[in-house]
Amino acid sequence: MALPENGRSRGYLAARGFRSWALTLDHKRIGALYLYTTLFFFLLGGIFGLLIRIKLMYPGQAIFSNQTYNVLFTLHGSMMIFLFIIPGIPSGLGNFFIPLLIGARDVAFPRLNLASYWIFVAGILVILGSLIRPMDTGWTFYTPYSAKTGANIALLSFGIFLVGMSSILTGLNFIVTVHKLRAPGMTWHRMPLFIWGMYATSIIQVLATPVVGITFLLLAMERVFGIGFFDPAKGGDPLLFQHFFWFYSHPVVYVMILPAMGVISEVIPVFSRKPIFGYKAIAYSSLAIAFIGFLVWGHHMFVSGMSKTASIIFSFLTFFVAVPTSVKVFNWIATMYKGSITFESPMLYALTFISLFIIGGLTGMFLGALATDVHVHDTYFIVAHFHYTMMGGTVMGLLAGLHYWWPKMTGRMLSEKTARWGWLLTFIGFNLTFLVQFYLGFKGMPRRWAEYPPQYQTLNIVSTVGSWILAGGILVMFSNFIRGLFRGDPAPANPWKGLTLEWQTSSPPPEENFGTVPVVTDWPYGYVKRKPAGDG
Amino acid sequence: MTNAFAGGAAASPSAWQIDAVFLFIACVSLFFFLLVEGLLIYFAIRYRRRKASEDAALSDVRSNTLLEIVWVLVPSLAVLAFFTYGYVVFRDVTAPQPGASDVNVTAGQFLYEFKYADGRTAVNELRVPIGPPVKLIMTSRDVIHGFFIPEYRIKQDILPGQYTYLYFQPDREGTFDIFCTQYCGVGHSNMRAKLIVMSPDAYSTWKAEAEGAKAALPLFEKGKELLERFGCLGCHSVDGSVKVGPTFKGLFGRMVLLEAGGEAKADEEYIRESIVDPGAKVVKGFPNAMPTFKGSVSDDDMAAIVAFLKTQK
Ligand code: HEM
Ligand SMILES: [Cu+2]
Repeated sequence: MALPENGRSRGYLAARGFRSWALTLDHKRIGALYLYTTLFFFLLGGIFGLLIRIKLMYPGQAIFSNQTYNVLFTLHGSMMIFLFIIPGIPSGLGNFFIPLLIGARDVAFPRLNLASYWIFVAGILVILGSLIRPMDTGWTFYTPYSAKTGANIALLSFGIFLVGMSSILTGLNFIVTVHKLRAPGMTWHRMPLFIWGMYATSIIQVLATPVVGITFLLLAMERVFGIGFFDPAKGGDPLLFQHFFWFYSHPVVYVMILPAMGVISEVIPVFSRKPIFGYKAIAYSSLAIAFIGFLVWGHHMFVSGMSKTASIIFSFLTFFVAVPTSVKVFNWIATMYKGSITFESPMLYALTFISLFIIGGLTGMFLGALATDVHVHDTYFIVAHFHYTMMGGTVMGLLAGLHYWWPKMTGRMLSEKTARWGWLLTFIGFNLTFLVQFYLGFKGMPRRWAEYPPQYQTLNIVSTVGSWILAGGILVMFSNFIRGLFRGDPAPANPWKGLTLEWQTSSPPPEENFGTVPVVTDWPYGYVKRKPAGDG
Repeated sequence: MTNAFAGGAAASPSAWQIDAVFLFIACVSLFFFLLVEGLLIYFAIRYRRRKASEDAALSDVRSNTLLEIVWVLVPSLAVLAFFTYGYVVFRDVTAPQPGASDVNVTAGQFLYEFKYADGRTAVNELRVPIGPPVKLIMTSRDVIHGFFIPEYRIKQDILPGQYTYLYFQPDREGTFDIFCTQYCGVGHSNMRAKLIVMSPDAYSTWKAEAEGAKAALPLFEKGKELLERFGCLGCHSVDGSVKVGPTFKGLFGRMVLLEAGGEAKADEEYIRESIVDPGAKVVKGFPNAMPTFKGSVSDDDMAAIVAFLKTQK
């Protein structure tokens, strides 16, 4: 297939109609479907987040009942975690860009890929169906509370089981794709760092996700048959569930963050026009993080009643994740040294990622250390910490990726001016919303509280006002996306002058990605020696 | 120093130790934060592209082994220090304290019941004298709860079917918050108690007075006290506002709509049944969330409670 010269063909988007999307085997379309689906739940979960914040402007019973509040924070957390952030970057950007970045025509198993998507959708439908009786357990589903209360937890468990299955299949597909389908000449050390991040992510998905399947299966059995795995009255152990749960859910925070780190590793060198600093350290630190991530789940349980010895060991291991993570941060910054830096919106989001993620990471030190964790555990300090890592980190990484790859995905440019306004509001709103929560938590306000004593009100008002600015920023950003989808200027093949392979094909790419499969002769970050490809 | 953390001021020697760990981690973290953020901003400004013609004199540094070893070692040392300091203090503040006086705690949706060695019980109010350390022996009668005294910097989950322990040393008079930190259902955020630390003299006077007063009080006064002691007012108001459960204002003698359909008259028997078997007649529009007080409310108590509710017109 010949490359369209002006880069303005509709590429893989040429076919229209429902069937052409629903039955597509093209990884780019499947990636786009994942993005649409997960971004929808980001917005929906965001609306729930805003409602939570509105209620928390007032210390007593106001706006809506406490029970409604409990349902809302549960839906907010569960949707953000299970339906947005875990599948979001890996399946959305991953599906779209893994084949493009390694110079392949598709993923290794296109049909399995389509099946993964529809299993994901089936899981969502089951979950939504189970919400006829709304759940109020929090996204962590701790027993014995979850065994006694709430929605149709058994059905819900089945939905999460399906979503998890989709995640495993996607991970498998990516592992095989990376092993088998790299373009000629692309050795492991010439792979873009996004691929390294996705590769590590996929390993976690394949190894950890089965555990969540088992956990929810046990929970469903507990509810339906009253077996008593977790019920002390029947000889069960209420902590067993927490061990199972975190054995999955801790590694999974790296499923959230590693792909985002991969995106950042692509964006920083392009906009600094510098070779990435410490390529190997960044690549292998992803694997190190994935590996250590399996050993530290107990740091969620220091005050759970687990043995003190276990707490000490988990605390010790936890700190080791900090080292590869800080190596990445130092390397990104060193990449900027003596660069020629520009600040288009992808770079703004990437720099924001670094700044906010550091705050998330450093406040994590208080949680890894036993003495201090005991005080702030289950308070707003935690709420602030994980929003800094997940929203300040992963979501900013996703947004960097969306702005960076938007021209490639859609064939159209975003409005840079609107993008900057969206960024500014998001940045200000985010910090206003979540920074004060560290202090609220230190002062003792527990999380998941529908009401609170009046001494906490001032900071809660600040936080709520912040959430409106944040919502404004996200609104501006999404209006830019929607406008860009239909009205944006046509995108050149390589608007940022990148050296990775996706920029060597048209925007949007044709159905099988490349006219002729590219041959790789160097790593993708050699900004000094090589001229960028494409028409820029 | 105290005021730097106003509102959450440390209230015991071990709380100070924990704050010291906080401060240590905060200082080291702040150093790294300023370093990274400073470099980021400095590089962004210093190396921003000035001319449209870029690419000209770019540096080709790709790695620097010495530098990279440094920034593996330095964070490693920092986190090792965090771990060690955090561990040492944790070991000290959670260690069993000799000579501690025992208090049993039973947590339930949505209150804490305290049982002292001499047989006294109290709900949502823990009174201790300054001096001897206190050992809490905690269990739950339903789901997992958390026991958190922010000003003491201590926290421990309370499990059903199992005991967990918490030690603290009251060395300053005052009233301190106790919060539930493990989400436990609709009344979770109202599951709050008070720790009242008294001078030894005040404590023994209070103990004696409490004994005497109990007998002398008019029945409805005693009822009011019981409602406070049992934590009823965490979920029920007396001013007409709706909390987890229905208000007590104007309750007695009214017809009450039931969740299961039909209605019931709020008479003495209705009130007794609602207290010992709350699930039997659930009020329309409210969750079946109240725990039973069967066994904790004596016949005398019951009479006093009814007498009090009758006064809430
Ligand atoms: C519009 C932006 C957001 C706002 C205003 C917001 C607000 C909140 C608030 C106030 C809570 C605490 C609820 C409580 O403890 O009672 C919360 C919890 C939570 N948030 Fe967000 N949030 C936002 C975005 C996000 C994002 C992007 C994610 C993840 C991708 C996320 C994940 C969570 C999770 C997992 C919880 C815990 C829920 C639980 O305790 O079960 N949030 N959020
Ligand atoms: Cu509780």
